[in-house]
Amino acid sequence: MAKREGIEVSRAIAIACKLANVDVVAAYPITPQTHIVEDLAELVANGELDASFIPVESEHSALSACLGAAAVGARTFTATAGQGLELMHEVVYVASSMQLPIVMAVANRALSAPISIWGDHSDVMAVRDTGWIQIFVENGQQTVDNVLCAFRIGEDQRVLLPVMVHLDGFHLTHVIEPISFPEQSDVDQFLPPNQCPLPLDPDRPVAMGSFGPPYIYPECKKAQEINLRASKKVILECWKEFGDLFGRYYSPVEGYHCEGAKVLLLTMGSFSETAMDAIDKMRGEGKNVGLIRLRLWRPFPFEEIRQAVRDAEVLIVLDRAISFGAMGPVCSEIKSALYNEAKKPKVVSFVGGLGGRDISPSGFERMINRGIEISQTGSEQEFEMFGVRE
Amino acid sequence: MTKRENEITWKDLNIGCIVTEPGNARQYRTGDWRSEKPIFDKDRCIKCGLCSIFCPEGCIEQNTEGYFEANLFYCKGCGICARECWPQAITMVEEEE
Repeated sequence: MAKREGIEVSRAIAIACKLANVDVVAAYPITPQTHIVEDLAELVANGELDASFIPVESEHSALSACLGAAAVGARTFTATAGQGLELMHEVVYVASSMQLPIVMAVANRALSAPISIWGDHSDVMAVRDTGWIQIFVENGQQTVDNVLCAFRIGEDQRVLLPVMVHLDGFHLTHVIEPISFPEQSDVDQFLPPNQCPLPLDPDRPVAMGSFGPPYIYPECKKAQEINLRASKKVILECWKEFGDLFGRYYSPVEGYHCEGAKVLLLTMGSFSETAMDAIDKMRGEGKNVGLIRLRLWRPFPFEEIRQAVRDAEVLIVLDRAISFGAMGPVCSEIKSALYNEAKKPKVVSFVGGLGGRDISPSGFERMINRGIEISQTGSEQEFEMFGVRE
Repeated sequence: MTKRENEITWKDLNIGCIVTEPGNARQYRTGDWRSEKPIFDKDRCIKCGLCSIFCPEGCIEQNTEGYFEANLFYCKGCGICARECWPQAITMVEEEE
């Protein structure tokens, strides 16, 4: 029987990595990710986890060390946040292009300036196009489950890609939750040893990350794109098997009270759970509202999104980031997914919750009501910023 | 590589574009980058080999007569050989095509 214990979510991630029996962790501490790597360092130092912990001088080096580790076939983990993810940016692309299945927990944090250590999705959106599989989680249990799934998905021979698990800084990293940890024997069954098909090996030399002149670069990129898209099949298989084993099922797009809903709100990450309270209240008042939670950010689940919203009249999308000069980046993708559909809802875009600003259940209620209003009257702006003092 | 470079499709690539065949950079014609080529004047050449030492591509070799010549498959036309050749036996000449 699985144990259930009250634990900080960051510490739970370290335990998930221990259960996954990681070989190498290379990381640089940054708020709000710090507790994850602090705990991993401690597990390694205490001899509880037989792994190499590589302390490095920057995030750029952290992910670079992870490249080398993954290239020899080590099960590799790192974690970062906000500015740290920015500093490792160029290596983020290299990991996916070289098909190295690193797992990275990103404790989502706003970007400077002004300096903010608090949560939003600006850091995510800056690495949107880097070719990693990207999964959003809403609570501690989902974090642990999806860190385990991330190793399984990334290391699958049909995938071989790095995976980011996005969890909101502070809202998730620093809260204590009752979490059910699977038994080691079950994890061992779920997560077979990492089998790198073409590792760095002196007896069988290979060259990785070599030069790609114009005659071959587009072919490399097409192969990369096809591979990332094809990974969705494996992600679905993994979540199905995880659910069958542990009783918790995940999907690329998940609904909450969407049956017959005419108005849908779409959120990502921990705000979804707050929004659920607002949906409960409004449903109690007889209002036809529901919530869509986007779990799989990359590869983008076009078909699932179209299916999930096709019968709604209004779709309100909350972004926790701005694509400056444009709009909310998630909303812009949702709109592009729906543009050619004959039957689609009106889409309303909000940006809110920036730099750790909370949105309460009553705030979500106001947002939904304002969204309905905009859908009827139209708006002069591409998006509205929610909860900003005028 | 069994296929010529312009015949390789995206399906032919190894995972992560890993190269498993050692030394295949030899097949890469860096000579394509060249806009000028070095012309060696045997009357001025003293066979000192300085051009060969300075060539960043390592593509200048001594022939059986002891003179030096550039392998134009690799020569990028950088002109370092011509600049370093103190007897001024090397002239950079614009490529015709």
